[in-house]
Amino acid sequence: MTSDFLLSLAQAVTKGLLTGMVYGLMALGLSVIFGVMRVVNFAHGEIMVVGMYLAWMGFEYLQVSPMLSLPVIAALFFVAGYALQSTLISPFIGRPEHQQFLLLLAVAILLVNGCLAIAGPDSRSVQMDSQFDSYELGPLVFDAVRLHAALAAVAIAGLLWLFFTRTRTGKSIRAAADNNMGALVVGLDVRRLYAFTFGVGAACVGAAGALMITIIPVTPFLAAEYTLLAFVIVIVGGLGSMTGALMGGLLIGVSEAVAGLLLQPSLKSMVSFGILILVLLLRPQGLFGKSGT
Amino acid sequence: MSEALLRVDGLDLYYGDAQALDGVSLEIAAGEIVAIVGANGAGKSSLIRAIHGIERPARGTVRFDGTDITGWPSHRVCEAGIGHVAEGRQVFPNLTVLENLEMGATPRRARAAERQTLERVLEMFPRLAERRRQAAGTLSGGEQQMLAIGRCLMGQPRLIMFDEPSLGLAPTIVQEVFRIVRRLNEEGLTILLVEQNVMASLKIAHRGYVLENGRIGLSGAGGELLANDRVRQAYLGL
Ligand SMILES: Nc1ncnc2c1ncn2[C@@H]1O[C@H](COP(=O)(O)OP(=O)(O)OP(=O)(O)O)[C@@H](O)[C@H]1O
Ligand SMILES: [Mg+2]
Repeated sequence: MTSDFLLSLAQAVTKGLLTGMVYGLMALGLSVIFGVMRVVNFAHGEIMVVGMYLAWMGFEYLQVSPMLSLPVIAALFFVAGYALQSTLISPFIGRPEHQQFLLLLAVAILLVNGCLAIAGPDSRSVQMDSQFDSYELGPLVFDAVRLHAALAAVAIAGLLWLFFTRTRTGKSIRAAADNNMGALVVGLDVRRLYAFTFGVGAACVGAAGALMITIIPVTPFLAAEYTLLAFVIVIVGGLGSMTGALMGGLLIGVSEAVAGLLLQPSLKSMVSFGILILVLLLRPQGLFGKSGT
Repeated sequence: MSEALLRVDGLDLYYGDAQALDGVSLEIAAGEIVAIVGANGAGKSSLIRAIHGIERPARGTVRFDGTDITGWPSHRVCEAGIGHVAEGRQVFPNLTVLENLEMGATPRRARAAERQTLERVLEMFPRLAERRRQAAGTLSGGEQQMLAIGRCLMGQPRLIMFDEPSLGLAPTIVQEVFRIVRRLNEEGLTILLVEQNVMASLKIAHRGYVLENGRIGLSGAGGELLANDRVRQAYLGL
């Protein structure tokens, strides 16, 4: 009895960790955008859902695995994010938050209703050959698709880290986030860097969408839920912290899975919000955030 | 005088309705040190930022090396060969010293010789070399000022605009800063120096301008201004 319970708990934690890595990648996109230009992307879940639909379409109509369409989706989202920032959002940088909120809300509504118009309200999923494969490690069983999605998410996060620490553009973006006046003084083209950043954030969340569709069916109504989820993760992890976004993703992934086991699956968001409230009370800057910034 | 390296003509700058610069004209010949002195709020930093393209002047022109650069965005002005050591140093606190220096080499023009320039800068500022992997925010004020200067040199400018480089530093470091400014000038750099330390800056400057409420009040050779009664009363308390 107890050993059975412990095993299913370990199983839930494993599943939560794997899903949490994809959550982390999604939240990373939000965190990068906020950390660099202080723009809160209220259309984040919507952008991810578009990514899920694109991966689903690629699979349904072109028989391309989401893992293979992922780089294409990420590239497309980079370009779209770059364009969105340099045209629509750029004039709103530095304006009051409620104006940015309205703009991104409008983008969100357009995207959700676009999905609804094109793909309809039914839930869509991808049935891959590896759907029922699994790996075993001692008594633990890993779903193959979930494990692959998690590994891909970690690899992408690693690439992102390399980008921000090793490339000139990545370092320039960190510099502009660190000191805007300093960036102007050394001659960085801050507007271009902002567009690049939004592109990178959108590419992250698009990639997360392509991974997510392999483990969860998509409907247009998921979008708002994911926007909220991304916020919870980023706030729990610490606004603007890349490590925080990843760790927050793992924490929320695990808490959802364990809540699904111990309570009811429908109560999983309640536990996430509980964690959010606890963090806000005890460590308002988030688990990995710096205080006072 | 032949064509000046930098020539500013009739520059007006507003923040909303408040006028910060009113018809400012000045010129700097290649190889000169020109000081701009003035009280707090006179518009010295505004002038530098307007030349750099960080602020948009409402009227007037800025010419650098014979090219009209008025209204150019700041990154193009850097590319043209103007460097800026800003008020308050403006280092990147969470980037390492090396990363800060690398950001200084943002102008494409400066990339080819980036390694050699870095070596030169680290040789010039041994303290920075010792702390190269440290976050810039953990440096002392004096070290941050050296970093700001080193970072500017990484862009291989022909003209450097210094905005109060000695502000808030200990007297020995202040002397060091003035020594560096002079040395850079001897190595061929043209210098625009804004300083609250009027005596020291007019002493090393070839020429100077006095900025009062956004307007050029007086101008002349450094020694002349130091001997001027108005300057002595208003800025030197003599
Ligand atoms: N970003 C800004 N927005 C609004 N007003 C500004 C701004 N920057 C400067 N000012 C105003 O413009 C005037 C000139 O300021 P500026 O900073 O250029 O003077 P300064 O000579 O550099 O002074 P200090 O010696 O204190 O550095 C001041 O009245 C200042 O309040
Ligand atoms: Mg000033």
